[in-house]
Amino acid sequence: MQGFAVEFSAAIALILNGDPELWAIVLLSLKVSIFAVLISALIGMPVGAALAVARFPGRRVLIILMNALMGFPPVVVGLLVYLMLSRSGPLGVLELLYTPTAMIIAQVVLVTPIVAALTRQVVEMLAEEYSEQLRSLGVSRLASVPVLLWDARLALVTALLAGFGRAIAEVGAVIIVGGNINHVTRVMTTTIALETSKGNLALALALGAILIGIAVAVNAMVSTLSLRAEREGLRHA
Amino acid sequence: MIRNFLRAALVSLGLFAGPAFAEEPFIVVQSTTSTQNSGLLDSILPWFEAETGIDVRVVAVGTGQAIRNAINGDGDVLLVHATADEEQFVEDGWGVERFDVMYNDFVLVGPKSDPAKVKGGSNIVAALTAISEAEVPFASRGDDSGTHKAEIGHWDAAGVDPAAASGTWYRETGSGMGATLNVASGMDAYALTDRATWESFGNRGNLEVLVEGDPRLFNQYGVILVNPEKHAGVRAAAGQRFIDWLIGPDGQTAIEAFQLNGQQLFFPNAK
Repeated sequence: MQGFAVEFSAAIALILNGDPELWAIVLLSLKVSIFAVLISALIGMPVGAALAVARFPGRRVLIILMNALMGFPPVVVGLLVYLMLSRSGPLGVLELLYTPTAMIIAQVVLVTPIVAALTRQVVEMLAEEYSEQLRSLGVSRLASVPVLLWDARLALVTALLAGFGRAIAEVGAVIIVGGNINHVTRVMTTTIALETSKGNLALALALGAILIGIAVAVNAMVSTLSLRAEREGLRHA
Repeated sequence: MIRNFLRAALVSLGLFAGPAFAEEPFIVVQSTTSTQNSGLLDSILPWFEAETGIDVRVVAVGTGQAIRNAINGDGDVLLVHATADEEQFVEDGWGVERFDVMYNDFVLVGPKSDPAKVKGGSNIVAALTAISEAEVPFASRGDDSGTHKAEIGHWDAAGVDPAAASGTWYRETGSGMGATLNVASGMDAYALTDRATWESFGNRGNLEVLVEGDPRLFNQYGVILVNPEKHAGVRAAAGQRFIDWLIGPDGQTAIEAFQLNGQQLFFPNAK
């Protein structure tokens, strides 16, 4: 076990000394997951908010379905996206398989239900709180969506972070649709899987430590931003 | 504040969208984990890329999955190690023509304590028979890969049906060679592995090579261009160039020059 500790610190040193290949991998991970979360926000937030305020038959079923999709196995998502993007699939002509775009698509499929479900919950509570006020102003349910989303923005940051956490840590889907191609689609998690399969456990663990570091840094950054926004909001009020 | 942040994020994403999606000549090669994990492809591909400007993108999976991906058209070239399946692939019209590229061999690894007493032997069938009689743990790929197919063939020759013992002493990991070696290392099990993956494997624990040198452990690699008549998107010209290079003098020399731990791991044998 002592040999492992030595190997592990050697691997950490290698990483911190700024191996350019490794940092390119870190950067690609961030770009793919941030892009995926932004797209998921654009889709998931309006859908979640609409589900929170609209009343129509089948709404409960949709909500249950959406909540269940939060636990969709990444490998299954990877397979579905692969079947769509494969040259023998319906979108094969787009030539997107084994590109970062394919990985973004897979992560959007994984993250959107999380953003939508959490948005629905937050907005529904807020809508209840505001219901009399909105009614007295004569605002229709769907028209109140932008207002509610804006007032819930701080809570929604948490929804985005949850989505980001799922995206950046995910390996099963991106390894299928990205192919773990060196310099093209190799991200942190697929590198960790590759190094583990080579038996380089210390290096794999060191990469895992970096991945955790990134997650902590992103969370800290966003929570600082939202805290500052909250203070500014209070000052203006 | 938040608006500025979002703007900055969008700008940086815009920059990212440019170069990453730019068109440059490339091919996708469906290959096996052994060629990648051993470092062979990282060693030889830069030679080809420098000479031709064609970027080679390698998807390293088990041979079974590589062949299925190629049948779906998700690759331009197939570089794997299951000759019978490769010939079937060409016969069924999915591939243009198969060429020998190189060979190495499989080895049986197992714990140093060697409870089945197979160490030093060079008869893989006798060794597997001994393992099945001793009922000691054996970690199998169980994933329809080239190595798995080879292993099944040796069990057949030994007249043993290991599937009957699945979950007892016969453990099918359903994963890649490295993952299977990790399992074998963790539970002191025997395993059949290609020599290249073994030599480059860093988590051997108590494992060592116990049986090698049986002519039946021969491991041939072949290369095939995916048939552009089946999938219009196949980059046939660039793919053919890669194959010509790989089985030509330059590629064969590059394969021969690749060493790990002072040992040559792949032996070029293109005709």
